[in-house]
Amino acid sequence: MINVALPKGRLGEKVYAMFEKAGYECPAIKENTRKLIFENEEKGIRFFWVKPSDVSIYVERGAADIGVAGKDILLEYSPDVYELLDLNMGKCRMAVAGKNGFYDDGVKTLKVATKFVNIAKRFYASKCRDIDIIKLNGSIELAPILGLSDVIVDIVETGTTLKENNLSVVETIVPISARLISNKSSFKFKTEEIENIVKCMKAQVKTDD
Amino acid sequence: MIDNMLFKSEEKAIFALRALYNSYGYLPFKMSKFEEYDIYVRNKDFLVSDSVITFNDTNGKLLALKPDVTLSIIKNTTDEEGCKQKVYYNENVYRVSQRTHQFKEIMQAGLECIGDIDSYDIFEAVYLAAKSLDTVSPDFVLDISHMGIVSAILDEASDSQDFKKNAVRLISERNLHETEALCRAYEIEDSYKEKVCALVNMYGAADKVISALDNICTGERAAKELSDLKSLCALINKTEYKNNIRIDFSVLNDMSYYNGIVFSGFINGISDSVLSGGRYDKLIERMGRKSGAIGFALYLDLLEELDTEKKLYDVDVLVVYNDMTDASLVMDTVKELTDKGLLVSAQKAVPQRLRYKEIKWLCKEGV
Repeated sequence: MINVALPKGRLGEKVYAMFEKAGYECPAIKENTRKLIFENEEKGIRFFWVKPSDVSIYVERGAADIGVAGKDILLEYSPDVYELLDLNMGKCRMAVAGKNGFYDDGVKTLKVATKFVNIAKRFYASKCRDIDIIKLNGSIELAPILGLSDVIVDIVETGTTLKENNLSVVETIVPISARLISNKSSFKFKTEEIENIVKCMKAQVKTDD
Repeated sequence: MIDNMLFKSEEKAIFALRALYNSYGYLPFKMSKFEEYDIYVRNKDFLVSDSVITFNDTNGKLLALKPDVTLSIIKNTTDEEGCKQKVYYNENVYRVSQRTHQFKEIMQAGLECIGDIDSYDIFEAVYLAAKSLDTVSPDFVLDISHMGIVSAILDEASDSQDFKKNAVRLISERNLHETEALCRAYEIEDSYKEKVCALVNMYGAADKVISALDNICTGERAAKELSDLKSLCALINKTEYKNNIRIDFSVLNDMSYYNGIVFSGFINGISDSVLSGGRYDKLIERMGRKSGAIGFALYLDLLEELDTEKKLYDVDVLVVYNDMTDASLVMDTVKELTDKGLLVSAQKAVPQRLRYKEIKWLCKEGV
């Protein structure tokens, strides 16, 4: 039996559809119930929904053998897991954004508001730029508008929210997409089952062109 | 005779491992809980976590609660041609857990073989690592890989240290899509790119992987390193563990300390690697010495995950008496029950947190 942690929400539903097409369907998941775990015994697979940022925790600790997590989460928490496949969906980018026309002259300590503290720290450390990190848990875009920070480091999908608030991307840190990850120990003892899933999922990955 | 049930998995393992290492001529090594901080700061990257708990000695010297055993053992050995020192240990170390990002006391058992290392010593260390895992559970996997091969193939592909550092990380993540992207970013020639990417998917039974390695270890240095791995695998094939020991290039350690064989052990039912080791001649070299060295550590605190059997009772019989009860009656009752092999607790009242199977009143019930 392979335990799969899926991220709750739109991305998770798309990912489940991919599993379904890949031959790992579990019809019970579509019934409107309060059940937390869905199993297809015949296919040897069990799905459960968790908060997207928790997927890597479930996988790293072995409660799930595999899971699907955004690259943003993997970069932020650096879990000790295998990253087996880029699903090429849920695509966006991690970027630095500031008020329109913002220019970093490097004279003062740069105030950076973000949910992704580690990513932001690593990015600016690689440029030897002195920063002051302000950890926020939501509505990051407000920070530069109210003068709480000079810039933000956040996920940018279409850029609409930024545009409507007179903000714009200053630079892109890294492209983000959903990744299929596996617990290292599970991979050793369920190699064939996990390899099969990866193979079938790979066939479902849509390429950009 | 002590009841086996009383031991936790890690306690049983400690006794079995001591006997095992002793029988192969490894001598016990006991060390202090703290060491001078200096030794760790000079080899910071060798430590699993950067943070070390430090404090000042009465003379002002900065000491550290030991985060690692290997460095202390190296300091205690000397170079002697043709000889090697073989020691084993069972110690607690203090590190920041990668999962919780907080300090944790970690119980380790392991061995080190330092000196004029040859192919037999390497085999012996790998074999004892497998045997150590087997004492805990027969359902184990010991993955081995070779830093020399990885380093040779990456050196062929590029001179950039950044490229190599990132490639090692991606290979250990089995991350093929980003390895390909990395090779593109560094404009690695196709023939070399294929070799680097091949390493990402290089895992499985030794025979299968070695024939695949033959195709990519075409350079002079890589071929030489491969012959090293081949001779080890030939010896492993003659042992009872040939199906448990596999090759897996996702097992990688820091290139500035480790060279040659590195390995990592997994037990079915434990979510993390329980054993880690390898050849670290480069560390010894950095400490200004000539010897070679190989060793490993087994993380005993992780074995807790195996103790899934929950006990329903703390004791079999709860004997309850009061101030009026004759002490010799309590003594005789307890002795009679313990002689039968039962677990007994004698109390003057029924404790709220003690779970018992049956209760025996030596006084009026409920008083």
